[in-house]
Amino acid sequence: MQTYYNPEDLKKFGKIGEFQKELADKFFSYYGSVFAEGALTAREKSLIALAVAHAVQCAYCIDAYTSDTLEKGCSEAEMMEAVHVAAAIRGGASLVHGVQMMNKAKELSM
Amino acid sequence: MKSLKASGHQLANVDVQLQTLQSEVADTLQLPLFHEKLQTAGLFPLSTTEPAVFQINLGKMCNQVCRHCHVDAGPDRKEIMTRETMQACLDALAQTNIPTVDLTGGAPEMNPNFRWFVEEVRKLGRKVMVRCNLTIIVANPKYNDLPDFFRQHEVEVVSSLPFYNADKTDRQRGKGVFEDSVRALRMLNAVGYGQPDTGLLLNLVYNPNGAFLPGPQESLKRQFKRVLQDEFGIQFNDLYAITNIPISRFLDYLISSGNYDGYMEKLVNAFNPVAAAGVMCRNTLSISWDGFIYDCDFNQMLDLKVASPVQHVQDFDLTTLNQRSVVINQHCYGCTAGAGSSCGGTTA
Repeated sequence: MQTYYNPEDLKKFGKIGEFQKELADKFFSYYGSVFAEGALTAREKSLIALAVAHAVQCAYCIDAYTSDTLEKGCSEAEMMEAVHVAAAIRGGASLVHGVQMMNKAKELSM
Repeated sequence: MKSLKASGHQLANVDVQLQTLQSEVADTLQLPLFHEKLQTAGLFPLSTTEPAVFQINLGKMCNQVCRHCHVDAGPDRKEIMTRETMQACLDALAQTNIPTVDLTGGAPEMNPNFRWFVEEVRKLGRKVMVRCNLTIIVANPKYNDLPDFFRQHEVEVVSSLPFYNADKTDRQRGKGVFEDSVRALRMLNAVGYGQPDTGLLLNLVYNPNGAFLPGPQESLKRQFKRVLQDEFGIQFNDLYAITNIPISRFLDYLISSGNYDGYMEKLVNAFNPVAAAGVMCRNTLSISWDGFIYDCDFNQMLDLKVASPVQHVQDFDLTTLNQRSVVINQHCYGCTAGAGSSCGGTTA
């Protein structure tokens, strides 16, 4: 069955440099630096990445950061709480626009 | 749950395991065989160094039946080292200056001659480490004084605890294991293990709860220290992160869960020459319950005896053994992936 998402393609991510090496090299160098231990631990960054992966609904990223958070010793409760953070922000982003709707409705109504 | 052997599983046959691993790497994944990887790293044949660890498997009997166990240990396994073979181990050890004796199983404490053997090894002036599964301490009143016995003989205790909560631990090691492990850890802490300035070492072993590699050892150690202290009041010294080796019950898990291809590919692609150079088999002698000599406990479970004219502890001759190269096979990718893996944790 053909699909737009093929799990095998995740392993080929590093090959995007075939079409534009310089920018790919810069991206992967930057990517490595972002996820290194810093003011935030690599473990904390992995949980943030897992949450963002759900927010942007990237199937590859969800696979990658589910493995990564497990490898970094995160519990399943921590992982699901990270997903709820993404869901809360996405839900909140919709709901907070309700204020705009209310403002407009009040503006237009007697 | 029964052992693979007791349930008549085909993977209880080591030849089937070796064939499964060989065909997976060479045919299915079409990746280099382990010796080819070692060759590219300039490490083949894998030479040995002066042995530093004399590891002895006192038997396959265990009070637990862990889902990942490379020994296929359990209550239904009756293979136990006899006192005669133990004496042969002592005689062999006395011919050497090997500083550390590492006792493993099964649950080594279930061997009826375990305490005598520890005392005899200590008389030889060697350090003793015991791979204690923790729950044995609370499994029966006759084992409740093990912490005190360990303390008297300054035994280093190395214990598996795959996670700091009950859910993950029990899924891997059996229902109630986490709660019993916490009780046992508190008993060890109470006699001084894991406490500052006592010199009584209590080290934990982390292994992943599935088909993924262990993360950075130091990060895992920080997390375990924080949670075990804050939630359970438990202290320990060090944490060793160990990779699950794709043999025996873990191999069965990988195949039956559909994770085999992905896990093996991950191991092969994560081959690290630095980790390979530091593998424990280079400075270890591993003795089986029936006295045969191996390069490591994993080779022992695959019945891959040392490549030496001396293959049994009754014929022990260190000079001859030191001339051997390590016997390798496809399971060795487990110890060379990422940061590496050994009985003492990462190697790179």
